[in-house]
Amino acid sequence: MLNTDISIVLPEIVLALFAMAALLFGVYTKKDKVAGPILWATSAVLAAIGIWIAMSPAGTHTAFNGAFVDDSFARFAKVTILLSAAAVLLMSADFMYRRGLLRFEYPILVALSAVGMMMMVSAGDLMALYMGLELQSLALYVVAALNRDSLKSTEAGLKYFVLGALSSGILLYGASLVYGFAGSTVFSDIIVSAEGHIPLGLLFGLTFVIMGLAFKVSAVPFHMWAPDVYEGSPTPVTAFFATAPKMAAMGLFARVVHDAFGMAVADWSQIIALLAVASMFVGSIAAIGQRNIKRLMAYSSITHMGFALMGLAAGTALGVQAMLVYMVIYVTMNIGTFAFIMSMEKDGVPVTDISALKQYSKHEPLRALALLLLMFSLAGVPPLLGFFGKFYVLKAAVDANMTWLATAGAIASVIGAFYYLRIVYYMYFGENEEETLDGTMAPTQWVFLMASAAIMLLGLVNMFGVDGYAAMAAEALVK
Amino acid sequence: MIGIENYLAVGAALFVIGIFGIFLNRKNVIIILMSIELMLLAVNINLVAFSAFSGDLVGQVFTIFVLTVAAAEAAIGLAILVVFFRNRGTIDVEDINVMKG
Repeated sequence: MLNTDISIVLPEIVLALFAMAALLFGVYTKKDKVAGPILWATSAVLAAIGIWIAMSPAGTHTAFNGAFVDDSFARFAKVTILLSAAAVLLMSADFMYRRGLLRFEYPILVALSAVGMMMMVSAGDLMALYMGLELQSLALYVVAALNRDSLKSTEAGLKYFVLGALSSGILLYGASLVYGFAGSTVFSDIIVSAEGHIPLGLLFGLTFVIMGLAFKVSAVPFHMWAPDVYEGSPTPVTAFFATAPKMAAMGLFARVVHDAFGMAVADWSQIIALLAVASMFVGSIAAIGQRNIKRLMAYSSITHMGFALMGLAAGTALGVQAMLVYMVIYVTMNIGTFAFIMSMEKDGVPVTDISALKQYSKHEPLRALALLLLMFSLAGVPPLLGFFGKFYVLKAAVDANMTWLATAGAIASVIGAFYYLRIVYYMYFGENEEETLDGTMAPTQWVFLMASAAIMLLGLVNMFGVDGYAAMAAEALVK
Repeated sequence: MIGIENYLAVGAALFVIGIFGIFLNRKNVIIILMSIELMLLAVNINLVAFSAFSGDLVGQVFTIFVLTVAAAEAAIGLAILVVFFRNRGTIDVEDINVMKG
């Protein structure tokens, strides 16, 4: 019994053991010299485990009395999380090294938070949910404050910690109410405990849990931490925040509402629909005034989370499939965009003001073209992949008789297009006398920028089969 | 006989005090850390009360997990607070304002 349990959680165990071994290795050798090799090794291990999970046989397995679920939904989310974490690590090596930030703790903390994210998307029990969420969050608080000599970075870490701990507390209070009124912490027992009539206490618990999760995905009105944390953290850390943890939090969100509260779709779908509408509009409108590209990307991610939540609000298997496809496209676009943002510097100092991009196309036509594709894709301009992501969630909302939600989404995406197009306008038509950006770009960053832009174009043929896998994953989740 | 609703009332009161401690406090970040701890302890009271009244041990196991995580969380929070203090020279809540928006 224990052997089968352990064989099911083997990928998580391997990654956790690797992180601990790397920590010992880092402590016992000359510290900062081994940071580079540890970073490369970590991203290789993350990618290898991602491929291992992708190759593993289909089917649903549960371990530890249902506390840990390994199904196609979990595998889909884990592959996305691990590959995006590996990509972000690879492209951040050069940035960290040149600013003296390449400490061996960074890849180890990323690996540990990846273990937490894998726990989150596989959670089948409130305890497993909480442990996964905290393992992820505690590692992320520390990486936000990674640049410990910078006031902005430590302030970002402090703000993230306070609001993250608050959201964990709210989620936990909800979990305690759910346990009390359902009589169990296992999702499969919670869903059968309230056949027909749902007690009020359970609904309160559900609402608190949704509030806690909305904090983690930075949905409005629980988004206030995101812009400050994105701005203050070192750019590679911001890139990490915008990709893997978002996928994990959305995966956990879908897991909780469908696995544990699949009997109360009508109750949670209206809450999530409200969160989605608020996120899409606040994210789009507030981003218009931003000059700092990292803050701008924070509001952009709030908007995108609104769209992903729209898929979830539909409450159907098609909605979950749309959410998963949307998240994969979002993560891919953000990896490319942040690869570019990391390369923005003048005289070795990072530049974040978007007016520095004026006339960029004159100096670097190829990179400007790649960024143009990514910006159009983020805005959802057809025929790029970002448009299909939006199309999927809008279709899921319409099919679930939520036409008003789909209409609001379409309006919000038109408003949001303004600030993406402004970046493109600056690059091609902005007026600027002197050169504001150095032309340097690390090879890994260049590769990820170009690959991500190419995927936005080439993916429209068949999305590389991602929607098929997402459909399988959604069927495993929604019964 | 003290019923379960009494325990739940204490838990809810502590939880609300914790949340207000975070939002209304204008003085010191240490008070915020204490408020977070208060929220987690309110959850523990809830869990233990539910566990005792339903005769199910899982709630008490959950409580042990929450206590452990709360300790780790406090350690990390204080560590971040120390590096912040080194850079800023103060831990007043009003002075955490380099970034606005």
